[in-house]
Amino acid sequence: MKSLGSIRRDFAPWNDPNAKPYIQFDKVTKKFGDFTAVNNLSLTIFEREFFALLGASGCGKSTLLRMLAGFEEPTAGRILLDGQDLRGIPPYKRPVNMMFQSYALFPHMTVEKNIAFGLKQEGMPAADIEKRVAEMLRLVKLEQFAKRKPHQLSGGQRQRVALARSVAKRPKVLLLDEPLGALDKKLREETQFELMDLQQELGLTFVVVTHDQEEAMTMADRIAIMDKGEVMQVATPAEIYEAPTSRFVAHFVGNVNMFEGKVAERAANTTRITGATGAQIVVENAADTAMGADIVFAIRPEKIRVSSKKPADAVNALEGEVYDVAYLGDMTVFHIKLDDGQMVRASAMNASRVTEDPLTWNDRAWVSFRPDAGVVLTR
Amino acid sequence: MNATWSRFNITSIVLGFAFLYLPIVLLIVFSFNESKLVTVWGGFSTKWYVSLFHNQGLMDATWVTARVGVISATVATVLGTLAAITLTRYTRFKGRVLFSGMVFAPLVMPEVITGLSLLLLFVAVGLDRGFFTVTLAHITFTMCFVAVVVQSRLVSFDRSLEEAAMDLGAPPVKTFFQITLPVIMPAIISGWMLAFTLSLDDLVIASFTSGPGATTLPMKIYSQVRLGVTPEINAACTILIAVVAVGVIIASIANKRREVQRQRDEQAAQRG
Repeated sequence: MKSLGSIRRDFAPWNDPNAKPYIQFDKVTKKFGDFTAVNNLSLTIFEREFFALLGASGCGKSTLLRMLAGFEEPTAGRILLDGQDLRGIPPYKRPVNMMFQSYALFPHMTVEKNIAFGLKQEGMPAADIEKRVAEMLRLVKLEQFAKRKPHQLSGGQRQRVALARSVAKRPKVLLLDEPLGALDKKLREETQFELMDLQQELGLTFVVVTHDQEEAMTMADRIAIMDKGEVMQVATPAEIYEAPTSRFVAHFVGNVNMFEGKVAERAANTTRITGATGAQIVVENAADTAMGADIVFAIRPEKIRVSSKKPADAVNALEGEVYDVAYLGDMTVFHIKLDDGQMVRASAMNASRVTEDPLTWNDRAWVSFRPDAGVVLTR
Repeated sequence: MNATWSRFNITSIVLGFAFLYLPIVLLIVFSFNESKLVTVWGGFSTKWYVSLFHNQGLMDATWVTARVGVISATVATVLGTLAAITLTRYTRFKGRVLFSGMVFAPLVMPEVITGLSLLLLFVAVGLDRGFFTVTLAHITFTMCFVAVVVQSRLVSFDRSLEEAAMDLGAPPVKTFFQITLPVIMPAIISGWMLAFTLSLDDLVIASFTSGPGATTLPMKIYSQVRLGVTPEINAACTILIAVVAVGVIIASIANKRREVQRQRDEQAAQRG
């Protein structure tokens, strides 16, 4: 049997031009009065994918989920599930189930009855329901809580009941609206991995809405970053982090330094950029930019080196002063104020216990980075 | 706690409670009076309670009141609940403000006006006044109280419960009966009790809308008092007070128990 890890590694239907899309948002627009929640959005999700919709509140991610569940109808455009147009199909006839942010457990029913509710609606025979409920309780490790009411459970247990209830019907797609939002940090981290295992075990397609980037990065095969009703980028967590295609995405996920400037000189595969104050940097991967164009070089803090002397071999080295130092244990974060006034954030792993050359407040310092350590952004 | 029972505190408590309960205590005490004179104590006796049950007029009135109360409270609860649901759920229909104002107007409408207007209506449509008209009138004026009680519960109702039910395959009607109704049932029950109580002690509207053969208990008591208060009336009122008091006590004990149970459950849940 293949390990889960290797299944995950090989799983990339979005790179396969012949792969059949499972869920398709086709130029979907949703308006509430004058407010446009989702704007002409197209998106493809594949079978068995763990897909995350990530964005700040009000970006339209929940509306997208609710349209898939059938609680809202698109103002324009189509939503296809397994080739079938979902327009006009009420929520109770859609082969998707949702796990609500508030869990929405029925307060007057026991855990058992909650899980059995959807199966009863299907008209499943009582014996089968009993078997399925027992199986679900085992899956979420709540066997001894079957007879309890929701208010007799802790937050984590309620979350599991909600999960069990939403997967009990074996839906084609499971929608999760901020599934871990109400849990504390430690429980959240544990549950993230449990959710991933569950998804693999059941072979379901998961669409999860979250505002927590770490959560999305940990769990999802692919992430869609949303802003103002539009998708800014759809990619794997690593691509989103290492190769953002816009300033918004670069800023939204993780920390980033932005060097703004004009294209000044172009060589075979390097480009020289001149900043507003005259600082020069050399970058790669800017082949499709024109001379004189305004561009941004975005680079993550951990890809910048900080040193007290100018590194001899560095292509890009800028001088400044240590403005702030934050020691976090596993790493140290430096804020360096460059001589042209720009603030640079750099982080260094504390690989050894003792640093020979500890930089501290107000020290002169050099920041250096390789030409391929960041990405060039034009929008 | 370091509460000092100053003379001022004691005086205000005694005065306050005396103000509230002295009339009731007096009524109860004199219901056990041997003498026929209401204001003269002639020794302890329960004979008025016995004669009360032989007073056909009072017993008939009690029966009428009970029937009017149950029927009007039940119908008012159904109508009031429907009104509350419409007002909380369909917030965007035209004339909603006007409609909600009209549902709640009878709350502040003087009873005399409600009674008189109903009387005029019944006369105009040629409806003979009696049991039916009293019941109709009580439905009209208690309905809005039910609507207020149920609406306040619906406002805090988590709509995602209904969405979850539909998501799991329950059509809207099934969702209403299996999820919404059970969850708001406590509010509906207290709405019913409120409507029943209001119907039970209404005198003004009943006087306007009732007719021969449909005299309610408050009307009967009031008319007898005009002929002079008898200890029999005291006894009837004492029984009424006892019934109400027992109801209130049972309700509050049940409430308290539920609360304690809930806290215990929550603590158990916290422990895992």
